[in-house]
Amino acid sequence: MYGYLFRRLLGTIPVMLVVAVFIFLMLRLTPSDPAAIIAGDNATTEQVAKIRGQLGLDRPMIEQFFIWSGKVLTGDFGESFFFKKTVAQLIGERIEPTLSLSLFTIVLAVLIAVPLGVLAAHRQGSWIDRIVMGFSVLGFSMPSFVIGYLLIYLFAVWLDWLPVQGYQRIAEGVGGWVRGLILPSLTLSIIFVALIARMTRTSMLEVLSEDYIRTARAKGQSERKVLFRHALRNAAVPIITVIGLGIALLIGGVVVTESVFTIPGLGRLTVDAVLARDYPTIQAVILLFSFVYVMINLAVDMMYTLFDPRIRY
Amino acid sequence: MHVLRKAILAAACTAGLAVAATPGFAQTTLRAVMHSDLKILDPIWTTAYIVRNHGYMIYDTLLAQDEKGEIKPQMVEKYETSADNKTYTFTLREGLLWHDGKPVTSEDCIASIKRWAVKDSLGQKMMTFVDSIDAVDAKSFTIKLKEPTGLVLLGLSKPSSNVPFMMPKRVAETDPNKQIEDFTGSGPFVFVKDEWKPGDKTVYVKFDKYKPRSEPASGLAGGKVVKVDRVEWRAISDAQQAVNALQKGEIDYIEQPSHDLLGTLKKDTNIAIVDVPQIKAQYVFRPNHLHKPFDNPKVRQALWYAFNQEDFLMATIGDENYIKACKALFVCDTQFGTTKGTDGILTSNAKKAQELLKEAGYDGTPVLLMHSTDLKALTNLAPVAKALMEKAGFKVDMQSMDWQTLVSRRAKKDPPSAGGWNAFMTAWVVADVMNPVSAAYVNSGCEKASFGWPCDAEMEKLRDDFARSSDLAKQKEIAEAVQKRNIEITAMIPVGEYVQPIAIRKNVKGLLMAPVPVQWNIEVAK
Repeated sequence: MYGYLFRRLLGTIPVMLVVAVFIFLMLRLTPSDPAAIIAGDNATTEQVAKIRGQLGLDRPMIEQFFIWSGKVLTGDFGESFFFKKTVAQLIGERIEPTLSLSLFTIVLAVLIAVPLGVLAAHRQGSWIDRIVMGFSVLGFSMPSFVIGYLLIYLFAVWLDWLPVQGYQRIAEGVGGWVRGLILPSLTLSIIFVALIARMTRTSMLEVLSEDYIRTARAKGQSERKVLFRHALRNAAVPIITVIGLGIALLIGGVVVTESVFTIPGLGRLTVDAVLARDYPTIQAVILLFSFVYVMINLAVDMMYTLFDPRIRY
Repeated sequence: MHVLRKAILAAACTAGLAVAATPGFAQTTLRAVMHSDLKILDPIWTTAYIVRNHGYMIYDTLLAQDEKGEIKPQMVEKYETSADNKTYTFTLREGLLWHDGKPVTSEDCIASIKRWAVKDSLGQKMMTFVDSIDAVDAKSFTIKLKEPTGLVLLGLSKPSSNVPFMMPKRVAETDPNKQIEDFTGSGPFVFVKDEWKPGDKTVYVKFDKYKPRSEPASGLAGGKVVKVDRVEWRAISDAQQAVNALQKGEIDYIEQPSHDLLGTLKKDTNIAIVDVPQIKAQYVFRPNHLHKPFDNPKVRQALWYAFNQEDFLMATIGDENYIKACKALFVCDTQFGTTKGTDGILTSNAKKAQELLKEAGYDGTPVLLMHSTDLKALTNLAPVAKALMEKAGFKVDMQSMDWQTLVSRRAKKDPPSAGGWNAFMTAWVVADVMNPVSAAYVNSGCEKASFGWPCDAEMEKLRDDFARSSDLAKQKEIAEAVQKRNIEITAMIPVGEYVQPIAIRKNVKGLLMAPVPVQWNIEVAK
């Protein structure tokens, strides 16, 4: 197991290298010039060139890459072209909102979706099953920003129960922190509820037709125990896979949701950095997201062993 | 138990009395959504309007323009001009302090003027007339000129980017091509750097030691009295969300509400839409003089007959209450705004345009028109231009891109086929296009001109004449001549003006009629 873990961790290195090269090249090959953006409307060509020199963008690409990657290896992600802060500082400021939103979303999604999926499987063919599946189709068909606007209109503008936008840090009060996260995490979680519920139902249906389930029922186990202790546990592997995929998909989802709800997280930082061609920030955030994605995949693989003792690495 | 309940009640009453007796400290905060998030903090290094707005919060200026555009002393107590108009002597007001408590001195002002003049086009022009700037004593300094010019007063009261903000000498000595790192100013607000979170919020607090002038505030001049304790600029990028937040009272002020959402806001009885006539913008078509077909003046001439202003304005703003078809180069209803010499142009006379193209020998070379897609105010301009140009006989290759890509590409002098361009469209705020020297796109100094690089000695002579003149009547005459010359050489084409109102909650009072959305004088009633 530890050997497998070590090999997987080692395997992260080439993955991160490929991501670093890819993102570095992609930024430099796209038609844009951060120096021209920074210089502003009244700048002359000479002024733009001077700024380009100050940012090191006039050096050969390979030299720029080695300078940047060398610094990254020492934990120095450089300074933002625009924000006059180190990229590490910027990310540090933005990580709490994104983590809060992501955790809230996943917990909410799992708490809603898994029971719904179990219920749908248990009542296969009934109106409950049809409603759950109908909701599932609707959930992953609608864009998250549309869901967001609808929820904002209903709960914030019309009913005035929740704030329209904004994020309160947890240190400033748990109540405000929670209130600010309800609508955005509901918005984001709907698509995951749809996906997870659907997968849970499918996986449960397979397991519920197994002999050991019939045996458990025959032995007089309560239906609740049959569903949650015997069936769900055996159905867990594909569900965990989808949850893991969902967490990875969250990365894309938070970008839109953070913009709609004005949450100052990593998603918005990414959008702002891309629009401003803030190369150091874009590179660092993409590297971070890629690393998180790789670690999530590893964690999901490790979790399989918890639910299925037959799986051993 | 009965005794215990009494004791608890007594304790609660005592606590309640204690709270009631404590003088309530309710901070008033203005929560504003500005047109952009603040990322850069140096208003000399960049011309971005959000940084200019930031500058007005924390810095002050030697002179300023009032509501009518008249130049008034601001940080200066008085200024005197010598009999030969070649020496200006400025004396600072008493009691001016930097945010760190140190007094403002003439050395600070001299260093600030010099740094500003390196970056600003009007400042650069002004400095060609300047012989020396010297401190007389801690409170006064002189600007000595090689020859008389009206640019000193115009420059030091310049309302928009780059504004000649005064900074401490140690800060103003920063290389103008590098950003400052010390944000000490002498303005009415203090920037709270620790609470600045780009993409989230920017915070200012009242500067208690600021000494406003005694006159009432007028435009950017007069007494800058701060009536709130704190200002927060919230970065809400979604226009609909900003409106929702304003309606719910989560914010108090939107600097630039989207015109298509004004109808929603007007229905809300808690919200006021304030028209500030000075906050206007002018749409502009900018051709590239370096490459075919716009290297031919007659081909450029055809554009004046291809276009009309109404189509551009209705496609972008779409609300007749906020648009104005005005052919003046220096904007209608301003000191140098005039429509003399504009009869017959900008009326979409396709026939006349086609005749001009034929005379010019236009061979059908496509016009590479850059189309920005992500700035709402600009998005619909290029498609309208394309349609009108094609009707007039031009071949147009419209290429869509985001604004940042356009900004990068317009800096290139390469031919269109090698990554260059022929034309693009943009908008200027009125404060930036008010006279021949400050209007960047009128500069026809060839290599020294802005993107598009028009090259015309006659235009440059007229601009120099304007710079030399300090007589208003003469300046107006020159401005008319510049307008006429612009029509001949087509450095730029004004394609309409629009007004940008501000949306506020009705408990917010004191908005000033100024060309820049300033936040002194504003109070937030409970």
